Amino acid sequence: MELTLWTYEGPPHVGAMRIASSMKDIHYVLHAPQGDTYADLLFTMIERRGQRPPVTYTTFQARDLGGDTAELVKKNIKEAVERFKPKTLLVGESCTAELIQDQPGSLAKGMGFDMPIVNLELPAYSKKENWGASETFYQLTRTLLKEKVSYSEKISPLRWREFGRRPKVNILGPTLLGFRCRDDVIEIQRILSEQGIDTNLVAPLGASPDDIERLIDAEINICLYPEIAEATCEWLKRNFGMEYTNTIPIGIKNTIEFINEVHKKLDLPLTNKKELENKSKLPWYSKSVDSNYLTGKRVFIFGDGTHAIAAAKIAKEELGFEVVGLGTYSREMARQVRATAKDLNLEALITNNYLEVEDAMKKAAPELVLGTQMERHSAKRLGIPCSVISTPMHVQDVPARYSPQMGWEGANVIFDDWVHPLMMGLEEHLIDMFKHDFEFIDGHQSHLGHTATQTKDFLNSDEKKEINSKEGIIWTESGRAELTKVPFFVRGKVKTNTEKYAILRGIPEISDETLYDAKAYFS
Amino acid sequence: MSKVEFNKETGPREVFCGLTSIVWLHRRMPDAFFLVVGSRTCAHLIQSAAGVMIFAEPRFGTAILEEKDLAGLADAHEELDRVVNDLIARRPEIKTLFLVGSCPSEVIKLDLATVAEKLNKKFLGQVRFVNYSGSGIETTFTQGEDGALKALIPLMNSSDEEKLLLVGTLANNVEDRFKKIFRNLGISNIESFPPRQSTELPKIGKNTKVLLTQPYLSDTVRCLKHRGCEVISAPFPLGIEGSSEWFLAAAKAFKINELKVHEIISPLINRAKLALESHKEILKGKRLFLLPESQLEISLARFLHNECEMDLIEVGTPYLNKDLMKEEINLLPDNTKIVEGQHVEKQLDRVRESNPDLVVCGMGLANPLEAEGISTKWSIEMVFSPIHGIDQAADLAGLFSKPLKRNQILTSKTLVTY
Repeated sequence: MELTLWTYEGPPHVGAMRIASSMKDIHYVLHAPQGDTYADLLFTMIERRGQRPPVTYTTFQARDLGGDTAELVKKNIKEAVERFKPKTLLVGESCTAELIQDQPGSLAKGMGFDMPIVNLELPAYSKKENWGASETFYQLTRTLLKEKVSYSEKISPLRWREFGRRPKVNILGPTLLGFRCRDDVIEIQRILSEQGIDTNLVAPLGASPDDIERLIDAEINICLYPEIAEATCEWLKRNFGMEYTNTIPIGIKNTIEFINEVHKKLDLPLTNKKELENKSKLPWYSKSVDSNYLTGKRVFIFGDGTHAIAAAKIAKEELGFEVVGLGTYSREMARQVRATAKDLNLEALITNNYLEVEDAMKKAAPELVLGTQMERHSAKRLGIPCSVISTPMHVQDVPARYSPQMGWEGANVIFDDWVHPLMMGLEEHLIDMFKHDFEFIDGHQSHLGHTATQTKDFLNSDEKKEINSKEGIIWTESGRAELTKVPFFVRGKVKTNTEKYAILRGIPEISDETLYDAKAYFS
Repeated sequence: MSKVEFNKETGPREVFCGLTSIVWLHRRMPDAFFLVVGSRTCAHLIQSAAGVMIFAEPRFGTAILEEKDLAGLADAHEELDRVVNDLIARRPEIKTLFLVGSCPSEVIKLDLATVAEKLNKKFLGQVRFVNYSGSGIETTFTQGEDGALKALIPLMNSSDEEKLLLVGTLANNVEDRFKKIFRNLGISNIESFPPRQSTELPKIGKNTKVLLTQPYLSDTVRCLKHRGCEVISAPFPLGIEGSSEWFLAAAKAFKINELKVHEIISPLINRAKLALESHKEILKGKRLFLLPESQLEISLARFLHNECEMDLIEVGTPYLNKDLMKEEINLLPDNTKIVEGQHVEKQLDRVRESNPDLVVCGMGLANPLEAEGISTKWSIEMVFSPIHGIDQAADLAGLFSKPLKRNQILTSKTLVTY
């Protein structure tokens, strides 16, 4: 049993719903009680979808349990097929139905329909949402393509030459409720097209079962979100010899690396290598003098595997930040995240527990947090600027404007989205600094809420001596006076460092001299 | 009883389960913690239904069952014990801990009553444990509150003191208003259930007169009757009419002269009628379709028809307790079509066929209907907003007039320029 307050991922059947809702001509009959219909609102409210997810809930009740719940399943399948006429039917169960073992998938297969039926077995008590999405996409692809395995030749990534046409690729992995998938797809298609590469199809987002059947018309697969598409890409590679890409094109370096990888796989010469570095404004914005203050900014990163790894690389190599914490809730990606963390001399935090993440965040004392909705809340409590880089997300993370994370425009968006909260943080300190001016309106609050002013409260406290509660250290008047002279933007850090130093040296009272001692010690 | 048409429907539904009521119950009783014993789905449901996540460590959580818990129930009990210990160590301020059963815990027959009993002995004098089921195989949305309140009744001491007991969660400001009005009427001993602190449970007995504020408390009412309480029969305090009848019924139970009631509430009524006017202008003659969800549908239909002059196409309700709803049904216009239960597809067919001006529905259906050009009001807002009482009648109407007003603005010439 695991105590959970907020959860990063939903159950695996929600992952299956993400696949079904992303696609066309598919219906998902879910053996589930009425409460499970809450999942619809993820799509209609967070994604603002104007269509209901294509899901029928069998809605069994306690009184059905003594009777024939299998009949109820069949009745719902029959009605759903008649009403929605799907080209492929997904059948599965949620956590409670898994316990009563009606085998809805087998029941559906025995009902004599001529459409393909995918029997989804998604263990609700051990797996989670992303796994469920990945498994569903894989099972669906397998069901629709398995007959072609025996008579299809291995697909050579070079065959486009023989065919006398531009190379074709599939873009795999984007789904609803993924982070900025809608716009990433447009950006990546644009980039590929500029390089003379056509998109055969995008899946699951916007694809139909017919599209899945023509996956093998492409030469290679772009595995855009490994959490969702890697299992499918691997199956296509094993059975059809289709190569797939490993680089995730988030950030300038990775986007260039991605373009290189695609060209290499297709044996397509890369002729515009020089131009690529000027496609995004990020490199220049990051280099321009205004960005000097970004140097060494301490940043804490937590999210799904794909976005956390990419964020760490951009933070360090493209913006000149210092990564002081890195972690993920995606256990499937733990190995990769650990490797990335190791390169940064960090130990990766792999956890489902947002309180553990908050604790780690507190300890790392970052100046910027890049995380999920959960970290946004934690950062707000701690008064640290934050930008959301990964699911789980809220409605405001599905913006109306075009705002991908991938490719050139993605890099522009990332520069803006990460740097603006930092500037807002600076603004916060300016407000603090000018608060004694007569124009200042008391109670002025910016986006950070109340906690941002903790150091200020400490300084303004009327008590002559304040005890640092945890360690019993006392700030003398001279120490406090000296602290006020420290520039506002490093004051918090100086306070923490001085206290750390005092503890280390067993100094019970912090005077102005202690401040200087500590400064010398840490420099 | 008016000639109301009763229908029943079964099939796939689109409603929340009883766990959802934790979202407002935990705010009502800040010293309580709600621990759902369930699956990841339960945890995900509550956090999604909460709409916006709350900027704090929440006072609810889920003990998520894992494969090993399903294998042996004895171990599951031990595991739950461990989780509770951790939780109480972390949150020592918790005074009452609700162990909330879910669909999976019900199906595997996890005996939360026994667990609660054991924990009560262990934490005697520190934390009280109660249990109830919020499972979707037994309860719908607001019914979760019914379960939670019912679970608290055995903890309530007996007293033969005469008192008015308001039963059902109310917004604090509304509760204060009600108490003030009752005191003006001459009823001085008024208490609320649930109370604002879980430890301050009212005492009950044969001179307790129960006045329901919410229509979804069937089991609670039964248990209160069992404890000797008298239940005052009244419509629910939504809108001017319902609230007035509600005050009158309470006054009657306390043998207070009807004239005195009118004297006190008349100014409120007049004021509320004035405030209602602008909303009525928008709502008048508009056709309303209520899908089942919050169990408030019948009272809302009564208010929106009788006071806002809307036409009722269909009034859905997740379940119908005719006894509890008697006074409400009496106030409905003749030939009102009430549909108990749901077949969401067939019901949506009827929505489309009847071409309503406004549909009251859950959040899963609202945007899809809007995309089809049908205005909606999501029902979950009814359980979060202060809508009870005469003073709030206009605010209540405002929840329904706003989408229509918005529609007018957006489809007027100001926005569409082509």
